[in-house]
Amino acid sequence: MKELVKNQNRRRFLRGGGALAGAALASTASAAGALAGQAQPLEVAPWSKTPGEPALWHPYGQPSPFEDKVVRRSRGAAPFPGANSSMTPLQDLFGIITPTGLVFERHHAGIPLIDPAQHRLAVHGLVARPTLFSMDDLVRLPSVSRIHFLECSGNTGREWKGPGTASLQFSHGLLSCCEWTGVPLSVLLEEVGVDPQAAWILAEGADAAGMTRSIPIAKALDDALLVYAQNGERLRPEHGYPLRLFLPGFEGNMSVKWLRRLKVGREPFMSREETSKYTDSLPDGTARQFTFLMETKSVITFPAPDHRLREPGFYQIAGLAWTGRGRIRRVDVSVDGGRNWQEARLQEPVLDRALTRFTLPWRWDGAPAVLQSRAIDETGYVQPSGRQLVHARGLESNYHFNAIQSWKVGADGIISNVQV
Amino acid sequence: MCRSKRAWMMLALLMAMAGSSGAAERLGLGQPLSDAQLARWNIDVDAQGRGLPAGQGSVAQGQRIYAQTCAACHGDKGQGNPADALVGGQGSLAKAKPLKTIGSFWPYATTVFDFINRAMPYNAPKSLSADEVYAVTAYLLHLNGIVPANTVLDAASLPQVRMPNRDGFIGDTRPDTSNVACQHCPPPAAATTQ
Repeated sequence: MKELVKNQNRRRFLRGGGALAGAALASTASAAGALAGQAQPLEVAPWSKTPGEPALWHPYGQPSPFEDKVVRRSRGAAPFPGANSSMTPLQDLFGIITPTGLVFERHHAGIPLIDPAQHRLAVHGLVARPTLFSMDDLVRLPSVSRIHFLECSGNTGREWKGPGTASLQFSHGLLSCCEWTGVPLSVLLEEVGVDPQAAWILAEGADAAGMTRSIPIAKALDDALLVYAQNGERLRPEHGYPLRLFLPGFEGNMSVKWLRRLKVGREPFMSREETSKYTDSLPDGTARQFTFLMETKSVITFPAPDHRLREPGFYQIAGLAWTGRGRIRRVDVSVDGGRNWQEARLQEPVLDRALTRFTLPWRWDGAPAVLQSRAIDETGYVQPSGRQLVHARGLESNYHFNAIQSWKVGADGIISNVQV
Repeated sequence: MCRSKRAWMMLALLMAMAGSSGAAERLGLGQPLSDAQLARWNIDVDAQGRGLPAGQGSVAQGQRIYAQTCAACHGDKGQGNPADALVGGQGSLAKAKPLKTIGSFWPYATTVFDFINRAMPYNAPKSLSADEVYAVTAYLLHLNGIVPANTVLDAASLPQVRMPNRDGFIGDTRPDTSNVACQHCPPPAAATTQ
């Protein structure tokens, strides 16, 4: 089997096939070109001449062994491996749904392995009926399923001071989009009876970090979800199993994983993660706090620095756009570094606070080109340039960098991260 | 906009329901939760000090605990590496590469207690007693020049500690950019590459 995989990999490499992943494997223009001209007779492949693997080959299905490079990656080893992140390989994905096994991770003290039978959600504070819910209780409550993006507010943070990484996965990969299933938090709050003085809710995780964030009551009553399933199956441990909070359009850290407690109060609780972290420093030394909303953003996912164009000719530029404000109205694409822009096609469905896929046909003439995308949301907000963000916030904000991203295509087909 | 309007209408509705004693439409799931049951989970401490437990700790006690429990990751004087720096940086917030520590950046001393109590030390969170957490908090505040060496902290005194950057935070003032979706735009300046 291993031998077979190797041979097939070699074949695929020689064909330069699989425009995306194949290009990433550095299929050089010369190697691919040498064979392209030869019209060799087609062979009948070994897999056409013998029955394949049985049903239940893998009881829980897995990708083809040829896709084994499509994985989450971390920027590097962290001093505390449980306090680290891994990024979604956006350069290898299609459509708008992120496969669960590729959804990015960010943990502050590792992934707890929680027995759902022992897990409890405590709801208390300014409520008429402090209540302890089991997972069985929660799954019995009325549920909804919604498709939304989830983005860490630190996503693309390495780009504040210039091109930070030569990889889309590392520059934008703290971003995913899933179908989330759970109980509207408003249902649960109705069940426990919220005091009229309630203004904030503390959400606390059962992980070793005891992650805590304060949630405004308006958000809690509007569209917050208590999520137990993701893309049709129960949450994975790294995404909060068995229960997490989910706040559509808000910075990912607030969607507290492994949720064990909700405490209703009058004021924000001023936890470490909403004071010393997840606050945005400004040039005068002050910092913005409670910057919850993820602003409108887009990025070209093909071609990106993780790919290489093997020859001039036709390509489809593709990318993702999203906004915490609602729906994407329009995406423009430039292939000349922002001088001239064309409207991209938005691929259906275009959903509220979900990733939206855009495409633009493009014929590359082989000359250097700088590709950019610029998203406009339904409120009319236009994705800013990096220069505009730095002008407004200086260089030390760390979080919430939503600038237009530029990829430079070199004459050799190599793609780099540039700022123009 | 219309989303938040809807939220306020729902809030008003909930308020009305909370006012009436009728639990007519309750779904009846979950178990009543008493304070006693909740005690070991109900650990949050807010900026007013609500939630602080009984107990006390001194700078001197904190110095001993810090050396044994914290220094390996945060440095013998809180200078950091590999974990966050906890000391220093006052006056650096408006400069390039600000050093954000408890002393230079954290707005509330109560948050120091809350975070140590719930999440530290990294390899054994929730293992320190209340006295020990008060003591380490006192030591870290002392290292930052915020409290004197003879300080003993408890539930009454900790919320009285005023942090240097207490007024250093503002709300969300975004959107703070106003890009124009030009179709034919002025030429960009020189590019930088990674």
